[in-house]
Amino acid sequence: MTFESPVPDDRLWKPNRKLSQWMEGVVKFIFAAFAFISVITTLGIVLTLIFETFDFFKEVSLWNFLTDTKWTPLFKSAKFGIWVLISATVLTSAIAIIVALPLGLLAAICLSEYATSRVRSLLKPALEILAGVPTVVYGYFALLFVTPLLQLLIPGLQGFNALSAGIVVGISIVPLIASLSEDAIYAVPRSLRDGAYALGATKRETIISVVLPAALSGIVASVILAVSRAIGETMIVALAAGQNPTLGLNPFVPVMTMTAFIVQVSLGDTPAGSLAYRTIFVVGMTLFVITLALNIFSFWFVRRFREKYE
Amino acid sequence: MISDFSDPAQLTNTAVLKAENVNVYYGSNLAVRDVSLDIPRNKVVAFIGPSGCGKSTILRCFNRMNDLIPGARVDGTITFHDRNLYSKALDPVEIRRRIGMVFQKPNPFPKSIYENIAFGARINGYQGDMDELVESSLRKAAIWEEVKDKLKESGLALSGGQQQRLCIARAIAISPEVILMDEPCSALDPISTLRVEELIHELKQQYTIVIVTHNMQQASRVSDLTAFYNAEATEKGNKIGYLVEYDNTQSIFHNPQQQATQDYVSGRFG
Ligand SMILES: Nc1ncnc2c1ncn2[C@@H]1O[C@H](COP(=O)(O)OP(=O)(O)OP(=O)(O)O)[C@@H](O)[C@H]1O
Ligand SMILES: [Mg+2]
Repeated sequence: MTFESPVPDDRLWKPNRKLSQWMEGVVKFIFAAFAFISVITTLGIVLTLIFETFDFFKEVSLWNFLTDTKWTPLFKSAKFGIWVLISATVLTSAIAIIVALPLGLLAAICLSEYATSRVRSLLKPALEILAGVPTVVYGYFALLFVTPLLQLLIPGLQGFNALSAGIVVGISIVPLIASLSEDAIYAVPRSLRDGAYALGATKRETIISVVLPAALSGIVASVILAVSRAIGETMIVALAAGQNPTLGLNPFVPVMTMTAFIVQVSLGDTPAGSLAYRTIFVVGMTLFVITLALNIFSFWFVRRFREKYE
Repeated sequence: MISDFSDPAQLTNTAVLKAENVNVYYGSNLAVRDVSLDIPRNKVVAFIGPSGCGKSTILRCFNRMNDLIPGARVDGTITFHDRNLYSKALDPVEIRRRIGMVFQKPNPFPKSIYENIAFGARINGYQGDMDELVESSLRKAAIWEEVKDKLKESGLALSGGQQQRLCIARAIAISPEVILMDEPCSALDPISTLRVEELIHELKQQYTIVIVTHNMQQASRVSDLTAFYNAEATEKGNKIGYLVEYDNTQSIFHNPQQQATQDYVSGRFG
């Protein structure tokens, strides 16, 4: 028996190879360029914020910024007490989380543990639609539907108020909490549930004592993401919470959140380079620092508390 | 097919679990057909047989873990102390409390070692001294000495062999009558395996144990009775498991009645 080794034929291989090498290079370049764009953008945003903030603090002392109890940047006697805006943001975000956490978590538990595939196939798209509604629609929903409804229950509630805005922001972030928490719950291995059932645990006991604790880090991460979203939410609060910078945590009166302030100033004809113009960036920087801190916390928390199952 | 026991009367009297003509389906597929056997009290019963012949399936029938698998269906009768295990009147949660299970892969909860043991006791309304229960369960599972100084640490931080003994301790803590073990040593090194086997020997005094194993030596070392399962292929291509022979372990290994058993235990299979 003789085996003939195939005759190497350069003509068959060479042209092909050159082309693919070239293509490889082009593709690599394109991907690198896109990756670079996002880095540049982030860098650009952060640098702009930093420079403008720096200029701002040349005219206003950091001390006043942190201790003043009034926010009146457009007045003659301008005051820049950032806590006025922060308190409003904290207020609406807190209301939003109080609404969204139970709803989102219960929806996630229902979807992953209780729903039959039929119910699931109805619920999931419904949640996705909720996530796809433009926030301006939510804003008018808060202003024209939720507020009048609340006014029936709470006489004397003002037309613009933190409560209604907070509730609707909460509704708008339910899908985020629900779908991320569901992923976390779904990722809990089946063997853990079996272990609990084999000890005579009921379904409820299994979910509460084994599944939810095991999914805790993912659930917390989803909530923190939702909090950042609530803090950054603009349209709903600008439309429904009002434009009144008031310090305090009263949910029944109009307030002005950080984002609402940015909208208000950006819509007006504030000349670039003026102090009022720079307040936009200072408030933006504050927002950025808060969300960054939340994200870092969430990152740390997930790393610290994630259970590793192989 | 099931050969007589040396003293059948004695065995039937003490049968804790009894399966009669049990068929198990997954969806529309018959997975195991016509299994009948008795599990006598305070004995260790080993299930052996090639992969896919339905050992785990039958094991899960005994504490209704199959209820948790969508599409799984059991017919025939399984009785537990002469009460039908599958009657509507019996709550599967109650059954699982009395018939515990240890799984192939160690599955400690992501909680502290202490909480791993305490969890089962707590949900079952244990009123006594929890510290004492945790200690005695860990001692029975021969892991107390290794973990007594780190009861607050996560159960997941233990080695695989320790995790498995923790899972056994967890099962013992709720004092079941029967412990079902599905290849409890398959993820363990030889030394941990030996420890678990010693443990099974001790547990036999108080519990009835059913153990699935692929290890012939293990079956012959730990069990009093052995059930050999096999599977046959249907025309449609799926396999159906059935019980070939069930007898004293001595007889199964040294004097089997069936050729298939002989081939399997001597390693001349397939
Ligand atoms: N959850 C399930 N859904 C559908 N079919 C299943 C399921 N579990 C087992 N089966 C089928 O039932 C049959 C018996 O499986 P089983 O797990 O009981 O075998 P086994 O004897 O334990 O095998 P092994 O020794 O590999 O663990 C197999 O054909 C398998 O495909
Ligand atoms: Mg198996």
